[in-house]
Amino acid sequence: MRSLGVLYRRELGMAWGRGGGPLLACAFFACIAALLPLAIGPSPERLAAVASGSAWLALALSSLLSLERLFERDFEDGALDLIALGPASLETVSAVKCLAQWTANGLPLSIMAPVVATALGAPLSLAVITFATALIGGLGFAFVGGTGAALALGARRGGVLVAVVVLPLLAPPVIFGAGAIEAYAAGMGWQAGFAFLAAYCLAAMGLSPFAMAAAVRNALS
Amino acid sequence: MFGLANPQRFMDATRRLPAVLGVVAGLLLAAGVWLSFTAPPDYQQGETVRIMFIHVPAAWMSLFVYVCLGGSAFFGVVFRHALADAAARAAAPLGAGFTALALATGSLWGRPMWGTWWVNDARLVSVLILFLFYLGYMALQASIDDEQKAARASGVLALVGLVNVPIVHFSVNWWNSLHQDASVFRIGGPTISWPILAPLLVMALGYTVLFLALWIVRIRTEVTRRRALSLALKAAGAA
Repeated sequence: MRSLGVLYRRELGMAWGRGGGPLLACAFFACIAALLPLAIGPSPERLAAVASGSAWLALALSSLLSLERLFERDFEDGALDLIALGPASLETVSAVKCLAQWTANGLPLSIMAPVVATALGAPLSLAVITFATALIGGLGFAFVGGTGAALALGARRGGVLVAVVVLPLLAPPVIFGAGAIEAYAAGMGWQAGFAFLAAYCLAAMGLSPFAMAAAVRNALS
Repeated sequence: MFGLANPQRFMDATRRLPAVLGVVAGLLLAAGVWLSFTAPPDYQQGETVRIMFIHVPAAWMSLFVYVCLGGSAFFGVVFRHALADAAARAAAPLGAGFTALALATGSLWGRPMWGTWWVNDARLVSVLILFLFYLGYMALQASIDDEQKAARASGVLALVGLVNVPIVHFSVNWWNSLHQDASVFRIGGPTISWPILAPLLVMALGYTVLFLALWIVRIRTEVTRRRALSLALKAAGAA
């Protein structure tokens, strides 16, 4: 248990400190949000109609950014071999890594999500549900994305590959997250979408550590 | 089944199979095409209903091949059968081809029927995502140099995809019902009548046999390629 705590702190430090950390993902998020009005026109009505949906799309894209390094930096410098020799199983190690990824990237991004959505013209009353769905969804993004990152270990052009492998898997959380916000905005029951989103993320937390561990073992063998 | 997992026994057992299956598939497809063109035009859709005989079997195959791919990947990952890895690898481009055919013919059918090439209907979107799964699988396979590692990694991905196919399908259905599309697209008429159903079933059978023939050819090619590779390595080592 103590070793997992140490690992979590180490991962958090790496995710915050190295390679720009959450600042980079947040800047990317802001860049997409800035380009969107340029692409679809400045008319406030048109922007407001797509504001929360595109904030969710931008969120999914931004959370892909730092995934490439999640396993690769440890794979390259040999730290992953040491961790694999350690007392903790690779399944728990992968889960801890994804949790740290969520704390370091998902949390800042979900704080930014309502800001971006509001700036695009979504009403302020949606801020809380946007934050909540982004926070839960970020957990799913981290675990599903971590699976992609582990599978792409040792591959050429890992970054693009992670995006191609992971983005189709992110369809359900995007549907449920954006759907919950839309239902809330329309005054309908948003709980169903929110519950499905949470269920997807729980399933991802439960299942993807096994896929990640299998992928890491394969890459190290 | 496990007896055939030995590559040599598989190669011996399937020596004549592709030719036989190919002839059967050719006959079935020829009969299917003939039946498709002699079937009466639909009372609502007119002659365009004939696109269905190409489109619907392709859409069925897109899922069937994914199940074959996932099943092979399961045997490859869990039991480490080299032949299962080869089978999974061989199935992927075929499945992507059937899925692309389903998407393309669906789009061509949609133009005269719905007046648009593409609608964000639940079924269309989930087939598109299935196509992306195939592409992701092939991309991962192609970008890892070590073949054994590539097979194992993409096998894990195929299993992850197998779990996700029903989830994606469900979520897209949920999304579509939430948005309440203006019109519901269905084949006209209460049930499909026999003159329309017969060519559809014959074509579906023809597609399946064609897939099996091509799949076995591709697995055999894969086994031969690996043998050639190991022979080349041995020759390089001896020199």
